[in-house]
Amino acid sequence: MSAEGRVALLVTCFNDTLFPGVGQATVAVLERLGCEVAFPAEQTCCGQMHGNSGGRDEGLALAARTLRVFAAEPAVVSPSASCVGWLRETAPRLACEAGEEELVAGLEELGGRLFELTEFICDRLGVEDVGAFFPHRVAYHPTCHSQRGLRLGDRPLRLLRSVDGLELAALEDEDCCGFGGTFAVKNADVSTAMLGDKMTALRATGAEVCAAVDSSCLMQIGGGLRHARAGLRTLHLAEILACER
Amino acid sequence: MKAGFEAAASRALEDSQLRRNMARATATIRDRRAAAVGEVEDWEELREAGAAIKAATMASLPEQLERLERAVAERGGLVHWARDAAEANAIVAGLARAHGAEEVLKVKSIATDEIELNEALAAAGVTAHETDFAELVNQLSGDWSSHILVPAIHRNRSEIRLLFERTIARGRRLEDEPAVLAGAAREHLRELFLRVPFAVSGANFAVAETGAVAVVESEGNGRMCTTLPEVLVTVMGIEKVLPEWRDLEVFLQLLPRSATGERMNPYTSIWSGVDPGDGPREFHLVLLDNGRTDVLADELGREALHCIRCSACLNVCPVYSRVGGHAYGSVYPGPIGAVLTPQLRGLEQAPTLPWASSLCGACLDACPVKIDIPTLLVHLRGRVRREVGAPRGERAALGLAFRAFSDRGRYERAQRLRRLGRGALAQLLAAPWSRSRELPEPPPQTFREWWDERG
Repeated sequence: MSAEGRVALLVTCFNDTLFPGVGQATVAVLERLGCEVAFPAEQTCCGQMHGNSGGRDEGLALAARTLRVFAAEPAVVSPSASCVGWLRETAPRLACEAGEEELVAGLEELGGRLFELTEFICDRLGVEDVGAFFPHRVAYHPTCHSQRGLRLGDRPLRLLRSVDGLELAALEDEDCCGFGGTFAVKNADVSTAMLGDKMTALRATGAEVCAAVDSSCLMQIGGGLRHARAGLRTLHLAEILACER
Repeated sequence: MKAGFEAAASRALEDSQLRRNMARATATIRDRRAAAVGEVEDWEELREAGAAIKAATMASLPEQLERLERAVAERGGLVHWARDAAEANAIVAGLARAHGAEEVLKVKSIATDEIELNEALAAAGVTAHETDFAELVNQLSGDWSSHILVPAIHRNRSEIRLLFERTIARGRRLEDEPAVLAGAAREHLRELFLRVPFAVSGANFAVAETGAVAVVESEGNGRMCTTLPEVLVTVMGIEKVLPEWRDLEVFLQLLPRSATGERMNPYTSIWSGVDPGDGPREFHLVLLDNGRTDVLADELGREALHCIRCSACLNVCPVYSRVGGHAYGSVYPGPIGAVLTPQLRGLEQAPTLPWASSLCGACLDACPVKIDIPTLLVHLRGRVRREVGAPRGERAALGLAFRAFSDRGRYERAQRLRRLGRGALAQLLAAPWSRSRELPEPPPQTFREWWDERG
């Protein structure tokens, strides 16, 4: 086993099903940094979608299931700030409300060994330059759950700044992109209005790529950009970090 | 079919003038607040203190209210208890009648908007005159508040000028200048202040220890209404009580910076009971429940009662700042309204409001008393689903998805169906999405298939 040891990948159902490239890139980056990556194949969904949509009990059941799947893993890494935020912050609160004390304790214990990808790279591995090469102009969109939920701060930016060839474009607008899970379909018009302003801000940066640490937000932004044939694409931060010369 | 918030928001989004007014106004207040908050070194400690005082108050509310009642009575005021809007309105109308008042002055008060006091007074033959500038604008145009603090935020200067030229300044030509518009309002209001001896206010705070009641404002109309008239009636939600006088120190710092981005609000009026020869000769405090006790019963939901009505959450909300306040169908709009209205009125009366948010969390960051609005929204979504129900299609889709996620075999089959564009996962990404967004191309392989192949 390598020096950095074993990490279990919580790829998320969203990436598994819709954006497998994000999972593949996460594996590539972690392996490049000396980790031995495991993928517990029993994993499905962490329960965020149900929990945030009012399905508390379903959401908690899926969170409990995730807890069981990853019970024996010393370190769990996920390329999704919102799923990590759900498991670490929201689900314990809802479990507390539902009187599921055992689950609260389990989630709190998991929280101590569950890392969002940039947290893991910057804090646990202590690395900023992951040896990536990406010669493009990139605007970084701080997603709500990464910014206000997990408080990732400048970790993603530190990683991006260390990428060889990458030109970082400042994105002034730090507002929500309008995704918000079921919000995007339940209040599709408001969601679209928010997305429109985000796209305007992105265009103003002159970037060719919009990067973030949540595939769900990127599906919203990328879906809007493609709908508008804007000539600006979206990539998960992991996909940029995975690129080499 | 769109209904509730979704329908109202969609309509509001079409109003280009509203969009422009809202974007400008909320951006201005947002920036001002950020600057005012940024210069306070112990802002986080102040927020913690505010949250702690509010939590402790809610935990001992009956006791605090009885202390308040005693203290107000000792200083010559009279306390009335109102279970609901009808009782509160009847108390105020009865007092007006007892004094032969055909007109009353109003200080901006959301509690009285909540109980529709002006309408109730009108039905009793009493005319209420709003004296806050924006409330006056709304009253003159037959409109209602779209913001807790800036009730006419959806109006711009030109719209207000045209309104005044049709009403209080009929026959005169005004300008779009704020000073000119304020001047027109002042002329109209001054005559009322001097003539009408009966006023109704709300309260920002009331101190159980001393019986002091506080109104915080910017225009001076509140000071006029709480000092000039002979009779003052204050209608206050029971959650506004603070245990001790020293608690004001925390909130008088938190409120103005969060609300208007000012270091200090221009007018803070504090009075205790009555003082012979100084100010109103009669003071009545109406303590309004109107659903608040029910909110208290919800251990998580009750945090919404900590709100000090600063509206910082409205100004930073990406939803509110685009659709404005009317879409929320309540005098409490924005994120705090989305958690307060369904609880005050009953979930079945406003079941769509907890979904009026992308859960972006900007509200929690801005809240001076750290109300965890995103968690409350999620909590209330759960309560709506359990106690009121959900649309059939949505319930079915989430049910199917849950079945798929609960078992690896079913999940992997659903993934294969998704590639063919059918099944539970595909259903969740249905029509409303595609109007403005492309769906991602189904990838040729899922992650787990790739992982298996990789060996």
